[in-house]
Amino acid sequence: MVQIFINGKPFKVDEGITVIQACEDVGIEIPRFCYHEKLSIAGNCRMCLVEMENSQKPVASCAMPVAEGMKIKTDTEMVVKARKGVMEFLLINHPLDCPICDQGGECDLQDQAMAYGSGISRFVEHKRAVKDKNLGPLIKTHMTRCIHCTRCVRFAEEISGNQQLGTIGRGEDTEITSFLEKSIDSEMSGNIIDLCPVGALTSKPYAYVARPWELKKTQSIDVFDAVGSNIRLDSKGDKILRVLPRINEDINDEWISDKTRFAYDGLNHQRIDRYYSRDLNGKLTEDSEEGVFEILRSKFSNTKTKKIASVVGNTVDCESIYALKTFLKTIGVENFDCRQDESFFIPNNRSSYLFNSKISGIDESDFCVLVGSDIKKEAPILSARVRQRFLNSDFSYPILRVGSRHNVNFDVDDLGLGSTSLKKLSSGKYLSLLKKSKKPLFILGQGAMCSKIGEQIYNFCLNLYLKVSKDQSWNGFNVLQTFSGRVGALDLGFFNESNMKSKSVIKKIYQGEYDVLFLMSADDLDFGKIPSKTFVIYQGHHGDKAVSRADLILPTSCFTEKEGIYVNLEGRPQLSRQVKLPLPSVDHSWNFFLKFSDYLELKMNFKNFEELRKNMFSEYRFLSKLNEIQSYELVQPKKYKYNFVEDEIFSNIDNFYMTDSVSRNSPTMSNCSLAFQKKSL
Amino acid sequence: MEKSFKKIAEELIQPKKFAFDKDNLSKANKIVQMYPKNFKESSIMPLLTLAQEQNNGWIPKKAIEYISKFLKVSEIRVLELATFYSMYNLSPIGKYHIEVCTTSPCMLRGADSIMLKCKEKLGINIGELSKDKKFSINHVECLGACVNAPVIKINKDYYEDITINTCEEILNKLNNNKKIKVGPQSSRKASEPTKS
Repeated sequence: MVQIFINGKPFKVDEGITVIQACEDVGIEIPRFCYHEKLSIAGNCRMCLVEMENSQKPVASCAMPVAEGMKIKTDTEMVVKARKGVMEFLLINHPLDCPICDQGGECDLQDQAMAYGSGISRFVEHKRAVKDKNLGPLIKTHMTRCIHCTRCVRFAEEISGNQQLGTIGRGEDTEITSFLEKSIDSEMSGNIIDLCPVGALTSKPYAYVARPWELKKTQSIDVFDAVGSNIRLDSKGDKILRVLPRINEDINDEWISDKTRFAYDGLNHQRIDRYYSRDLNGKLTEDSEEGVFEILRSKFSNTKTKKIASVVGNTVDCESIYALKTFLKTIGVENFDCRQDESFFIPNNRSSYLFNSKISGIDESDFCVLVGSDIKKEAPILSARVRQRFLNSDFSYPILRVGSRHNVNFDVDDLGLGSTSLKKLSSGKYLSLLKKSKKPLFILGQGAMCSKIGEQIYNFCLNLYLKVSKDQSWNGFNVLQTFSGRVGALDLGFFNESNMKSKSVIKKIYQGEYDVLFLMSADDLDFGKIPSKTFVIYQGHHGDKAVSRADLILPTSCFTEKEGIYVNLEGRPQLSRQVKLPLPSVDHSWNFFLKFSDYLELKMNFKNFEELRKNMFSEYRFLSKLNEIQSYELVQPKKYKYNFVEDEIFSNIDNFYMTDSVSRNSPTMSNCSLAFQKKSL
Repeated sequence: MEKSFKKIAEELIQPKKFAFDKDNLSKANKIVQMYPKNFKESSIMPLLTLAQEQNNGWIPKKAIEYISKFLKVSEIRVLELATFYSMYNLSPIGKYHIEVCTTSPCMLRGADSIMLKCKEKLGINIGELSKDKKFSINHVECLGACVNAPVIKINKDYYEDITINTCEEILNKLNNNKKIKVGPQSSRKASEPTKS
């Protein structure tokens, strides 16, 4: 701690921080454009000037480290005059187009011009104009508005790791651009919209849509990947107009992926808003609630419970899963699963499917092994975190990889494509490296866990990890989940243990062992393989893959229309909040089961949402502790004979922009896939 | 819009390929070894110079892509440097690239009229290449020879103490590919005081 004086008052502040951070800590606001907490210091906007004793000139507080006894003044005449001068220069080339600018109302320049602008321009010469750049389907540019703070350049270089943005030219000719105006191909590019302190980079899908003060802001969480990024949903009327990140240092810092940010427009397309059943010609036609209930009743009562199966999708909230499970138990159905991709896990062992080190654990680790994961597409936020860890280590943080050579934003040491290369880890150079590591981090991707020998890969890696790890307080053995609903479903026990050993429910579905199949938003099955005699009931919110095969379609609310708990890949339960009501014709899935069990004259153990939650919480206590993570011990696997194969371990995510029914129906996401997805034949 | 050698040349005149020749390749490899491995960006500037010299005084797009691959840095990092420094040209220059200093000392000693003379004589503007591709003019900031102002730089040589007449003479001689004396065009040998 050092003592400094700000405006004459003494303060104790941490060593090594800069003056702007010290002022922030004690609650004094300093205007800034280029300075950003999470980015490196540039010091080029000069807006944060303060007066320092023994310095003749004002100093840039963002680049000045604190020192013992330093005397800072932030409100003197000199400071105000200096800032006014800087502001006048910044405004010289800035157009006065706030009324048609999308940043208007939440613009740093606008706000600070209110405080430090002179009101009248003394500049009579021509203002410069800069050509707009085409940065792809997500980011709209108005480069004349740019004040060259270079936040976007630094973000691209430091955080997202796609070094495509740069500052070309100098002096009056300075421009921010990408090489030859290529669009920015990154899973995190949308964040530069938030970073831009002016209206130079704005959101293309949100262009001219709304003003910030008109929007209703709902604090929620993201469901497009398993990270559970904290987001804010901005809506007007019943439409979601944009998605912004909320700061959560333990999860997403203050970034979100492009899918999180832009896939929301899928919510307004291809919605299922009524009941459908197939008529005699096999055509889907609208049906009434009673008609559908009658079909369901006859199907459920005329089929043996052994012949009924159910699968939940990848992005379903805990309450819906619990309601379905309760209903299935009430009618005596035991064949259900949540793993459409048949990924491996150990029942009743949470550590076998969680990211045990927690996301913040990445920062502490000193060695990383990636197995069968395309981390940049599966969880861009985690990938950025690993990149941060890598950069902070001065390139001495070793990252080994087994599996496909997907693009990454850090340096990796590739051991091989197939699982045979895992053996390299357990001997020779790599083993001695691993043994030296104090906090090794293993990340097993779904590519590995879903492969035929997923169990072997898991056990091999776990054995190796337990062999090399010494620190009891450190658990760095992680499984990287890719879907937001998966952990919750596994926690709620939505699988059949007796079906684990021999054949999975999914395989049996394809073999036609079931006559009735109830799908809850499960769109990722191979519908061509389901025999035609199986009666498929689909409860979902979007007309996606399953709809063309389904014999009966039940509408349900989607995640923005209900409150629900999602458990993220760390095992952290978080609350997704309701933004708007579903259409009158659409039920929440728990409500559907209530109504339908009433129709069957069955008694469910809940009568309303509160009771459902109460029951769920009493059965699964950890779900009631929102935002808390409970740690679990790793379980030593049995002795095992490994039959590794040369087959390449692929990631199971091919197209980052389309991974679930909402993003598959989003026009923005399909534009992105067209622009960025390399056609792989 | 004002023309400039800092603008990337149009597609038609961009070469289809670029690679260092044998000589430059060995030079480049030596340059890379001069810098720490973590700071590959450090060698961008010397490599750009090599590329410019190999390609008749200007850097084509392919050379930027080549250098970015050579050093495994992103293309924009190379372009940033190539556009920032005034001694890199991104479009073709003439056989004689005339750079007229227009910074204060030269300006006080009549650099503007020298510039005007060059423009008139050659019939081209700042940042342009003459039709016969023999001449190009550019204005530059201080060349660091203010004692002998006004100064012009043609290719790698300085011509100092220029007057309108000597300027015309130089251009005539260059046009006829004759040799000219490098350095002060007055009676001075270097920058010693004149007698008057």
